[in-house]
Amino acid sequence: MDTSPLAIQVKGLHKSYQKLHVLKGVGFAVASGSIFALLGSNGAGKTTVVRILTTLLKPDGGTASVGGFDVLSQPARVRESISLTGQFAAVDEILTGRENLIMLARLRQVKDPRRVADDLLERFGLADAAGRRVSGYSGGMRRRLDIAMSLVGDPPIIFLDEPTTGLDPEARIDVWQEIQNLAAAGTTVFLTTQYLEEAEKLADQIAILHDGTIIVSGTLAELRRLLPPARVEYVERQPTLEEIFLATVGGGRTPSSDEEEQR
Amino acid sequence: MTTRVLSDTGVMLGRSLRHVTRSMDTIITVTIMPIAFMLLFVYVFGGAIQSGTDNYTTYLLPGILLIAIASGVSYTAFRLFSDLQSGIFERFHSMPIARSSVLWGHVLTSLVSNAISVVIIVLVGLLMGFRSSAGVLAWLAVAGILALFTLTLTWVAVIAGLGASSTDGATAFSYPIIFLPFVSSAFVPTDTMPGPVRAFAENQPVTSIVNTIRALLEQQPVGGDIWVALGWCVGVLVVAYAFAMVAYRRRIA
Repeated sequence: MDTSPLAIQVKGLHKSYQKLHVLKGVGFAVASGSIFALLGSNGAGKTTVVRILTTLLKPDGGTASVGGFDVLSQPARVRESISLTGQFAAVDEILTGRENLIMLARLRQVKDPRRVADDLLERFGLADAAGRRVSGYSGGMRRRLDIAMSLVGDPPIIFLDEPTTGLDPEARIDVWQEIQNLAAAGTTVFLTTQYLEEAEKLADQIAILHDGTIIVSGTLAELRRLLPPARVEYVERQPTLEEIFLATVGGGRTPSSDEEEQR
Repeated sequence: MTTRVLSDTGVMLGRSLRHVTRSMDTIITVTIMPIAFMLLFVYVFGGAIQSGTDNYTTYLLPGILLIAIASGVSYTAFRLFSDLQSGIFERFHSMPIARSSVLWGHVLTSLVSNAISVVIIVLVGLLMGFRSSAGVLAWLAVAGILALFTLTLTWVAVIAGLGASSTDGATAFSYPIIFLPFVSSAFVPTDTMPGPVRAFAENQPVTSIVNTIRALLEQQPVGGDIWVALGWCVGVLVVAYAFAMVAYRRRIA
């Protein structure tokens, strides 16, 4: 099994908002360098978990360590190991894309903030828009800038809270590609999503948060084993609207075809 | 850690100042209403007002500056509220930075942008006949009192920005403060007011601040007013700062 060190370890996490008991003993572990997807419907408490792990919220009970540091007793050390891309693009609308990145680079105290900013702008296809104010960016550009801002200073663990919600199919595939690049480079990615295919496509480990607890977790293959074995059925398959959209619009891009196979 | 606080606050100040310089309309909005009041009071009501001085513009200017600052600080509440809404506040708080820099960046920006408004209004006042023979020290004292007044109201604005649930709610706190100078010695001497109004006017903070600035500009002795003015500013500042910290902790939970 997994012998790699754990990037995130959570045990018995509890959190209530007034009478609403959101987390009732959540536990999971994330291996270093893997992509971990936390699945759940709206309001399941995914964001609450992210906020606790990123030191924005204190749990009522249980323990959580991130990058080997306890979120309650060593929050400053946790913050040095992580970055957060929240549910809504946390970018400064009035600044330009480049200024946003330079600001982050200064706060992270990296050497040569301008060069770091220019490299990221290039990598995320924002070089042409670098000098424009973010208020004029499209949703996809904003999200790319948002993720680029999270990469300043190369934090080893990255939290992405519903990174593709509200994006068009092309922008979503761009984000997926970038997440895979990150993991390939050794970064641990903690992802929340309500899109099952997203978890299926990206994640090494999947956990499903429902009713305040993790009801199942494991690799995709392990989760599949929980269900009766697949039967072979012949179904005439029409192209999905996404495939049609990407075929007409996308040019070089082809949609991921492997996710259509099961079922 | 201290260098961290300073460098992070510097980055936050730079960011927030760009917001001011890129929307100069906020400075114009802040200065235009006090200037309109100044025109109205000097050229419409001024002739009929018995202020006891021959230069009503000079008499009026201190109160006008306080109105400008009271409306100017509402933008701090607005910017802070926008940061909370956009998620950038959470991004900063998940980063290894000095957390206090997030609020101080906004507070220092408020001092700078209100200083710009005050200078613009003083220049317009000069065009309208404002004159002062005050020396450098007296002007420095005036600047110091205005800065303290700005700092105090800015921390009130921080409470409003952190606690608000809508943009309108974030800025509404400034309306009563903007109207305080009207029931003070800013526009007319208090001794013509009926008893209870006069009692309120003479014992609310604006009167002592206005009287102090007016005395400094006219090279009169400031008397006890300056201590009352400083007492009000520092007292409200301490209380506002404490409440702002409570609101802040509640917000970051």
